[in-house]
Amino acid sequence: MTVVDPPETHPRPPRERRSASWRRGALASPAAPVFGALIGVFILAWIVVTIRGGDFLTVSNIVNMLQRSVALGIVSAGQTLVILLGSLDLSVSQVISLSSLLAATTMDGQSANVIPAILLVLGVGALIGLANGLIITKLRVNAFIATLGMALIISGIIQNNWDGPAGRVSEGFESFGYTRFGIVPASAFLLLAVVVLVYALLRYTRFGYRIYAVGGDEEVSKLSGLRTHRTIVTAHVLCSMLAAVTGLFLASRLGSGTPTVGTDGGYDLESIAAVVLGGTALMGGRGGVLGTIGGVFILAVLDNTFNQLEVNAFLKDVVRGLIIIAAVAVYARRQGRDA
Amino acid sequence: MSAEPAAAGFGSEAGSRGRRALKALLSTGTIFLLLFILLAWIAVLNPNFLEPGPFLAYLKRAAPLVILAAGSYFVLISGGFDLSVGSIVTVVVVVAARLIDGDAGRTWPVIVLLLAIGAAVGVFNGVVSTLLRVPSFITTLGTLLMLEGAVFLWTGGAPRGALAENFRAIGREGIEGIPLIDELPWSVLLLVAIGVGAVLLMRADYGRQLIATGDNDRAARLSGVRVEQVRIIAFVLSGTLAAVAGIMLGGFAGVSAQVGQGLEFDAITACVLGGVVLGGGRGSVVAAMAGALTLEALFTWLNLQGISGALEDTVQGVIIIAAVAFAAYRLRGAR
Repeated sequence: MTVVDPPETHPRPPRERRSASWRRGALASPAAPVFGALIGVFILAWIVVTIRGGDFLTVSNIVNMLQRSVALGIVSAGQTLVILLGSLDLSVSQVISLSSLLAATTMDGQSANVIPAILLVLGVGALIGLANGLIITKLRVNAFIATLGMALIISGIIQNNWDGPAGRVSEGFESFGYTRFGIVPASAFLLLAVVVLVYALLRYTRFGYRIYAVGGDEEVSKLSGLRTHRTIVTAHVLCSMLAAVTGLFLASRLGSGTPTVGTDGGYDLESIAAVVLGGTALMGGRGGVLGTIGGVFILAVLDNTFNQLEVNAFLKDVVRGLIIIAAVAVYARRQGRDA
Repeated sequence: MSAEPAAAGFGSEAGSRGRRALKALLSTGTIFLLLFILLAWIAVLNPNFLEPGPFLAYLKRAAPLVILAAGSYFVLISGGFDLSVGSIVTVVVVVAARLIDGDAGRTWPVIVLLLAIGAAVGVFNGVVSTLLRVPSFITTLGTLLMLEGAVFLWTGGAPRGALAENFRAIGREGIEGIPLIDELPWSVLLLVAIGVGAVLLMRADYGRQLIATGDNDRAARLSGVRVEQVRIIAFVLSGTLAAVAGIMLGGFAGVSAQVGQGLEFDAITACVLGGVVLGGGRGSVVAAMAGALTLEALFTWLNLQGISGALEDTVQGVIIIAAVAFAAYRLRGAR
């Protein structure tokens, strides 16, 4: 088996690596500039909102921001996996809508149906991811077209079967979206669990190293004996399953399934924006899930600030577009001339 | 390199050239085969489809998408993406309606302004993607957000005003009284002109530099191609052609806030159906435009098949994946 170095460590010689202090390690992490930007945006938002007489640094507001980050955070964690491979997934919005509908209609308000509903939704998510992965690897369809086609396919199925909100989740399941431990919402732990899982997967498992290897250079990985197809398919399965989890979460928040919950949130392009905002290279091979979460939080802080300032919804889009471009331009500068 | 099989003569490297031409023919030939099958099938379902009138109506419907696909082709072949073309179409239609406001005298100045807007968006996309090194996927995604936000900020949420008759004529009318075909739509004339222009451009120095840039930008730079300039021009072409498509769609479909929604994906899908490789360097502009014609024929076919509106998306998705997979299979077979 080939052992591939995680990309964060290989540019430095080993002796230096051993002596690196914790602080130096943290600052050298690829996610560092993202969190720097997050802190900057956060402080700026704090000042602006406070001057305008709003509440920014209150517990309820921060919890509010955290809660709004959960859905985008989970999809983006999955999106990170496929983007690191050099692939991408444009079907996540439709997967989210479909799984919210499937969850709500299967549960139908009965708490006995919760487990089967969750299993069904995860299974469907895995199947969609499997289909995406196989289309990309075996049929050699470009990921952009494959997942766009998959989005169309699922959208047609949704429109054919549902024309409005449907089903009802059980009470216990619905309360998950609102449960709090002290002040921290239970959903924040869901996000945390997903992030930790994806982080560990990327950092400590062979599968994680393979993702970076395939994303760095698929041809070289294949020649080094990696089963690249297997890696790509697995990553797509995980990505779609995380989108399905997001659908479950949104069903729990809304109490029923909605055919447009995914597309209204714009989760496909938004999650790609969050991943890239988090410093992951769109071509693959560089980045990580921590940066992605930083990107998600940046978007959440912006959203919250705009809402507090009662900025026109359209102006919000303009500013958001500008900030995404500007942030990525700054990363590109940092990464130096070789890009 | 050149995807036109005729361009590959019997030079000194006739063997490799011949093989390359064969490969190009197989990869681009697929789309013409598919287009032919679809058109024939439509003709079976609706026998008068191939008469001049209905066929020109089909071309008229397809014209905006074909022009968008030609624009997207330039960006795709240079190795980039342009996701902003749909929002340019929306901006063009909404801005035209507000500025013209039913006054025919303002049509031509406004058209000049619209084309300038398209070109300016292209310059912005190109400069940010090349000089600031932002991946074009993100640049144009940002432009998409900004344009849609800006245009509705300006109009206060809903499109206002009206298009003048002479503006709408570009998309829906034509030269009357021609024997045999009765009416030659302006949009078909524009379509042919832009198609010929695109082919000539791809055969000129610029086209060769564009393909070289998309294929391997370092090699292109080392051989003296001004890579940045070539890429910026590709974005400007894409933006301007999107504005042209918007002017047509405004006349054809009317003023709405959704007119451009999803067109960027349709345009990219059309190019990929035509055998353009995402990532750049391979594909022909004629095949990309044939891809757009095929996509429009597919929509027509789905209508005639009476597939309910809801499942239309599903069938479209399956066919697109299948067609691209088939093209990939053929391409591999010819290797």
